[in-house]
Amino acid sequence: MKQILINGKPQEIEEGASLLVVLLNNGQHTQRLSVSGANRCGICGMGICFECRVTVDRKVVRACQTGCHEGMEVWTDAR
Amino acid sequence: MDVLVVGAGIVGAACAHELAAAGLSVGILEKNEPAFGATAAGMGHILVLDDSEAQIKLTAYSRHLWHSLAASDRTEFRTTGTLWVAANDEEMRAIELRRDFYRKYSVDAEVVGRDQLYQLEPALAPGLAGGMRIPSDAVLYPPTATSELLDRAFRSGATYLRSEIKRVGPHSVELVNGETMEATHVVLATGADATKLLPTLRIRKRKGHLAITDRLPQPLIRHQLIETGYLQSAHGSDDASVAFNLQPRSTGQLLIGSSRQFESSREVELPIVERMLKRATAYVPALRDCVVTRIWTGFRAATPDGLPLIGPYPGIPGLILATGHEGLGISTSLATAKLVRQHVTGAKAEIDPTPYLPDRLFPAT
Repeated sequence: MKQILINGKPQEIEEGASLLVVLLNNGQHTQRLSVSGANRCGICGMGICFECRVTVDRKVVRACQTGCHEGMEVWTDAR
Repeated sequence: MDVLVVGAGIVGAACAHELAAAGLSVGILEKNEPAFGATAAGMGHILVLDDSEAQIKLTAYSRHLWHSLAASDRTEFRTTGTLWVAANDEEMRAIELRRDFYRKYSVDAEVVGRDQLYQLEPALAPGLAGGMRIPSDAVLYPPTATSELLDRAFRSGATYLRSEIKRVGPHSVELVNGETMEATHVVLATGADATKLLPTLRIRKRKGHLAITDRLPQPLIRHQLIETGYLQSAHGSDDASVAFNLQPRSTGQLLIGSSRQFESSREVELPIVERMLKRATAYVPALRDCVVTRIWTGFRAATPDGLPLIGPYPGIPGLILATGHEGLGISTSLATAKLVRQHVTGAKAEIDPTPYLPDRLFPAT
C-alpha cells in the first residue's frame, strides 16, 4: 500500500484512488469552510460544484478530480 | 397608494427607500427575488465615469450619496479607489485629458507614472505606461446593498408583494392574476425586461460575463483595476468585446470581467470567457495561479445614447421609468432615486434631470 498525508496524518491509499472518496472514507466529510464559516463538502462528485476544494502539494484542486499518488500532501484548508 | 415600484433590483430598492423616506405610501412588486437580475450579476463598482457631462454629473452625485449613506457592514462597501491602467504612451496622453475632465467637475483624479503604478499595484504585468487613480471610487456587494435599501424602505412603511405584472396602464398595473392595482405613480425599474411591458422602448439586452476566484491567502491587488480601453469596449460596435476589469472583494476573492455583446441567450460562452481571462492574465499574470470557482452572465439594459431613462414615460399618465442604466445601475441607483423623487414630489434633486428624460428617445409628436 502507498501513503499520503491528510492534514499531516499518514493514510494508506491505493494509487490513483479518488481523493474525495479517500477523504470521505476517512471521516473527512468537511473539505473546507465557506466565507461565512459554514462546512462545505463535495456535492456533485464530477468537478462542477467546486465545493470539494482542498490544497494538494500547495495547489488548490478539486478533490473529486484528483487521483491519489504516493507522498501526496493534502490539507483541508482551501478557501 | 402613492407609488408602486415595479422591480426590486437595486434601482427599485433605492427608489422605494427614497420615496418611503419622503413620507409617501409605497408598494414594491417583484416577480422573482430581490436583486434577482442584473443587480446580482453585476460587479458592484461605485465609480465616477467621464463618458459625457450628463454621465459624470450623475455618477459623481450618486457616488457622493453612497459615501453619505453611512453604508452598513452588510453592504461590504469599501473605498478601494479605481486605477485606470494605461498600456502605452498613447493611452497615457488620453488619460491626461480625462484627468482634466474629472477635475473640471471637481472629481479627484491623479495621473500615476510608471514607477508609482507598480508601487500601487505590484501584481501588474511589466511594461505598462502608467494610469489614473480615482481615489474615492468604491466597491460593494450588490445583493446585500439591495437588502439594506429594502429594509430601510420597510422601516419607512413600504410594503412588498411577489407578483409579476402583465400590463402597465394609466396610474395602474395589471398583475398576471388579472388583478389591477392603482397608484398615483408607477415606477418601472425592471432593467432590460422593461421592453416586455413597453415593446417600443429603445433598450437592448447587452450581455456580460463575470468570473470569480476563490479566496486568496494574501490580497493580490488593492484598487479596482480597469484598462483604459474599457470605454472603447463599452461604446464599441455590435461585435462582442472584452476589456480587463478586476475587482478585489472584501472576502479576498477577485471578480474578473468584462465582456459586452448584444445577445439574449443566458448561456456562458466559453470562447468569450477565454478571451476575457486571457485579457485579465495579460494585465495581472499572477491570476494564472488563481482558481475560478464560478462564471455567470447577466444582461445590462443598454440605451442608444448610453444614458439611463429616468422620468415620465410619454403616453402613459403616472408612469415613471427608472431603467436603461447599462453597466452603471449599481453606481447610479441612489441618484436615480433622487431624480425619481423629483418627478414624484417636485423636491429638487441636486442635478438637472433633463439629460435622462425618456422623451429624448421618442419621436416628437
